[in-house]
Amino acid sequence: MNNVFYLLLRRLRVPFITMIVVYSISILGFVLIPGQDDAGNVWRMDFFHAVYFVSFMGTTIGFGEIPFAFTDGQRMWTLLMIYATVVAWLYGIGSMLALLQEPVFGRLLRRRSFTSEVVGFAEPFYLICGYGVTGRLIVHKLANRDIRAVVIDINQDRIDDLEMDSLPIRVPGLCADAALPDVLDDAGLQHPYCIGVLALTDNDNSNLAVSIASKLLMPKRMVISRTEAEVTTANLLSFGTDQVVDPFEAYAGYLSMAIHTPYKHLVYDWLVNPFHRPLSSVYQQKQGRWIICGFGRFGRALYKAFKADDVFITVIDAKEQNVNQTEQQIWGIGTEAKTLEEANIHDAVGIVAGTDNDADNLSIIMTARGIKPKLVTVVRQNLDANRLVFRHSGADFVMEPGRIIANQIMAQIKTPLLPAFIDALKEYDDVWAHTLLNRMSSVVGEDELDSWAFVLGEEETPAIKMALEEETVIKMKVFLKDPRDRSQMLPGFPLMLRRGEEIKILPGELTELQLGDEILFCGLSKAFTQVEWTVNNYNVLQYILTGKDANNTLLSRWFNADQ
Amino acid sequence: MNREKVIFAFFIVLALTLNFGFFLGEIDQEIHHNVFELFAALVVSMICTVLKFGDRTHLGALMLATSLVADLQLVIAAILWGFAEQISGGMTDSMMSSVVSLSGGALLANVISVILLVVETIVVRR
Repeated sequence: MNNVFYLLLRRLRVPFITMIVVYSISILGFVLIPGQDDAGNVWRMDFFHAVYFVSFMGTTIGFGEIPFAFTDGQRMWTLLMIYATVVAWLYGIGSMLALLQEPVFGRLLRRRSFTSEVVGFAEPFYLICGYGVTGRLIVHKLANRDIRAVVIDINQDRIDDLEMDSLPIRVPGLCADAALPDVLDDAGLQHPYCIGVLALTDNDNSNLAVSIASKLLMPKRMVISRTEAEVTTANLLSFGTDQVVDPFEAYAGYLSMAIHTPYKHLVYDWLVNPFHRPLSSVYQQKQGRWIICGFGRFGRALYKAFKADDVFITVIDAKEQNVNQTEQQIWGIGTEAKTLEEANIHDAVGIVAGTDNDADNLSIIMTARGIKPKLVTVVRQNLDANRLVFRHSGADFVMEPGRIIANQIMAQIKTPLLPAFIDALKEYDDVWAHTLLNRMSSVVGEDELDSWAFVLGEEETPAIKMALEEETVIKMKVFLKDPRDRSQMLPGFPLMLRRGEEIKILPGELTELQLGDEILFCGLSKAFTQVEWTVNNYNVLQYILTGKDANNTLLSRWFNADQ
Repeated sequence: MNREKVIFAFFIVLALTLNFGFFLGEIDQEIHHNVFELFAALVVSMICTVLKFGDRTHLGALMLATSLVADLQLVIAAILWGFAEQISGGMTDSMMSSVVSLSGGALLANVISVILLVVETIVVRR
């Protein structure tokens, strides 16, 4: 991209020509005007001396009148030409400075440095379009895991935010429209190290454009897209987008799980959310009627999710197009006690304030709690700026879809096994989930529950591959022993084993492993760093298996033979 | 008629004609080669170079290259002339022929430049 250079040359054409013309006229003048040498003879300056004199005169250094003192004619010409050359210089420098200050030029320069930085990436990175709540969370989490990212956002303020956020690694950002293919290309869409594209803008059409461009150019690369309409979801899935996240549906599903299978919900929450809620916070299941205020996109998604679990629902909405969409519907906003009384708040168990107005939502839960203090309250937060108020609102659940989908996407990025495990969770009941939760709790306590996965093979577990090829029996417990002291167990346990199509939930410690097995673990992240030793270093693995430091060097063999 | 094109073509052709005028004559005869003509050829050639700045087409790049070649040759010729007159103590026949042959090289570059100009005019049928 030589745009900058061409722009510079094109704009400086006139100043350059001015300079050449002024200099040549001035040189020619000195050659033509007759002078005198020290003996009083007529002496004409030749081109050599004229160029020399004009060069230092133009830059106003001024070495004096050489080689001989000037005649009056020469002095008059010098006087004129000093002003002409100085003005020509000022004009040239002024044009150059004006060009440097132009916003277009700055944009070109930024784009250029961004592009060259992305081209220089020599490690895997994610291309993230949109630096809103979700995009920001994901970039921060990736950076904390030392995974590189590139950000595009249409809003310069957000790019400024990115530069202000002190991330542990550098994340280049560009203010441009992500829906334009050439912008995507500059951001590394065709870069061999780009391992995933996340379309997280709040515009469905842009997300669609990003996903299509990525799938067309690199069909095998992962694309995750955010969407807010069902039509777009179907469209995105039709061309093979790997994951489509709908913030409203995601939150509706999350909430519905929290209310109907609270332990299973906690398992899910612990696995995908770094700041998990304590075990004691589990909501005690109560069958009963719920009130949903606001029947927009969120209200509808929630209604569908609740209906699937056979919950009675009363909808309150004041918009004409939303009236009489369901069996039980009350007309009103829900901020007034009268409307809530009408909706029979006294025998309801919970209320969802899901309108698109933050002040209304807060007012709804305040009013509702005033009437019935024991009500479960769920409030939807629309603007990120209102976070402080919502945190102190005392609601049981504050709906921040941005966070929920960020966690979902991170789960997919961390390991594709995690979503598979969460899928498999559906087969089990809440009692089973409670047992699992107790086990997790005993391993990690109040710390963050991390999860990691291995595919047994050359790439991720070279030491285990070597051992398996030597026909050593490798059992699951190898992954759980501390490589510093094999009598100690690491704080973690296997969640799932996938062998081909077969999935085994909570495999035992004595399970024998084969090449190609995929295993998902959970536990403290420090256990993960220790296990990395076992799976990568053959000697450490031998120590774990046999208890002996199997150093095969000449020296150690010689020493061991002595003993 | 495009005024910009007229100015552009004017300078390119002028660079060629001035260069040719200087080159004309016995190669080692100082009297056949006017120093002012060399000066004019050099200045016009420089203006041509600047005029060709900023054209992103392939043809534009080629024209800029020929112009840069002409500049280079003429500047060396002028420096050589200055060297002969001022430092080595007077113009000799061999020095003069070097200067003129350098300007001959620049002439060739200017001819190519004009050919490219003609090609461009033929390609753009407007």
